[in-house]
Amino acid sequence: MPFSSLSDLKSQLDAGETTAVELAQRYLDRIDAHNGELNAFVDVDHKHIIDQAKASDAHRAKHGARPLEGLPIAVKDIFCTQDGPTTCCSNILKGFHAPYDAHVITRLKNAGAILVGKTNMDEFAMGSSTETSAFGPCRNPWDVERIPGGSSGGSASAVAGGLVPAALGTDTGGSIRQPAAVCGITGLKPTYGRVSRRGIIAFASSLDQAGPMTRTVRDTAMISAILCGHDSGDSTSVVNAPEIDWLAACDSVDMKGLKIGKPKEYFVDGMDAGVRAAVEAALAKCVELGAEIVDISLPHTKYAVAAYYVIAPSEASANLSRYDGVRFGKRCENPQDLVDMYTRSRDEGFGSEVKRRILTGTFALSSGYYDAYYLKAQQVRTLIRQDFLDAFEKVDIIATPTSPIPAFKIGEKTDDPITMYLSDIFTIALNLAGLPGMSQPCGFVEDLPVGLQWIAPAWREDVLLSAASAYEGATDWTTKAPAAFGGES
Amino acid sequence: MDIDVHKVAMLSRIRLTDDEAAHLGPQLSNILGYIEQLSEVNTEGVVPTAHPHDVAMPQRVDAVTNANRRDALQAVAPNTESGLYVVPKVIE
Repeated sequence: MPFSSLSDLKSQLDAGETTAVELAQRYLDRIDAHNGELNAFVDVDHKHIIDQAKASDAHRAKHGARPLEGLPIAVKDIFCTQDGPTTCCSNILKGFHAPYDAHVITRLKNAGAILVGKTNMDEFAMGSSTETSAFGPCRNPWDVERIPGGSSGGSASAVAGGLVPAALGTDTGGSIRQPAAVCGITGLKPTYGRVSRRGIIAFASSLDQAGPMTRTVRDTAMISAILCGHDSGDSTSVVNAPEIDWLAACDSVDMKGLKIGKPKEYFVDGMDAGVRAAVEAALAKCVELGAEIVDISLPHTKYAVAAYYVIAPSEASANLSRYDGVRFGKRCENPQDLVDMYTRSRDEGFGSEVKRRILTGTFALSSGYYDAYYLKAQQVRTLIRQDFLDAFEKVDIIATPTSPIPAFKIGEKTDDPITMYLSDIFTIALNLAGLPGMSQPCGFVEDLPVGLQWIAPAWREDVLLSAASAYEGATDWTTKAPAAFGGES
Repeated sequence: MDIDVHKVAMLSRIRLTDDEAAHLGPQLSNILGYIEQLSEVNTEGVVPTAHPHDVAMPQRVDAVTNANRRDALQAVAPNTESGLYVVPKVIE
């Protein structure tokens, strides 16, 4: 049961073999048994969860089932929820209760989902390891000495450990795909503009996008179908975005004639040999299934991390200026004057990675440096986008490793920001280009999961889902779960 | 690259202790050193990205849609009085 897919649970509910209350209780028991070790959840309200499940069972009996009726889904602590605290795992928001639900939370509720709590994350989503959380590090169920990736590490750890069947994450530079990869689950980052950002605590507004983290490809489609759609409350939510049939895309699994681009810049010296071998084997499997591998080049790839570490911190420095101790969040004790209140509240409230990024961004935007940093980075971003547009003239989809390395040990990289930033080397470029991307499990290196990343043209999540479904159907990676948590590896 | 970390900290409205400044200063220089590689790229005539897609900004009906939720919104504030946010004295 703990490792059932959302689709299987839905079938069981629809067949009357179980109830929302029974499911909620079973996952709450899993959380009670294992969260102490994983630290995947930072807030779980048992009574509220059971109340939601009771209401869902009643709704099913009286009005029939909505698309996600009775299905337990966890959400990253970056989503504003009226029920319970929302902290972004930062001390500056400790005790904050959002006065409204994020748009996607409303969509999940209206679809009948049971929200089972808030998951751990890097503070303000700034990190690749979920070690910068104010609630302490989260752990990877495949090896609890190792990181679950980040920043949506709590969501990945919870799904991989069988504490919940599915979760929401957000992805600014890889924060859904990289943790999904190193925890051996499936994660989808939709095209920028498909999912409303309203009520998602902002990190870098031109990059942030929410998406599902699940056990199977079909489960990502089930949730995406609910999350996506225009919201007039978010000016970056695109109107009249090309619509796709999310579930039908998972049934269209013929790889014959599919042209898969293999960018040479994503298969480089320095990446883990086992990761490379697993991804090469996955591509060989795709060839067996009828796909054609086309060698391509995305020549500006090597500049993606540098451009990202100008653009994301710059936007973050502006977004995080709202934490000033006036309208919400922490205010320091006995402020002497206004500047003292700002500077001490922010010093006491923010952790060191958040400070590093605010300082980097403030510097990049400061007088005399704007052209050399921010403007230059946005020009390089255009070249990175153009690389992808050129590549998609030749191929239908691009395949790469998600992360150059498997999960590393907790504490291994905390003192060296640049090495940590390079964990996202393969995930960042598509955020800059606004493209959809997906990670799915494709093997193991010394018992640690490896992720295969798919990248599609803008608005073509259907291409991602079809390719990923075909690969998933021809392999058995999604049946693997960590033995220490009751799974079969 | 050497940067005046105290000046940037003040622009960011973050107090830094001397210990923090000693630690963060070299880290910031390393990060900016890494970013420096962008200067290798020829970007002459390249239009900077303003939005990842070529889309027009959506418009909505010019009508009031928000209810008055002042009390709920101010319930999370550190200090309010009569519907106003209270802050330390700004002018002596």
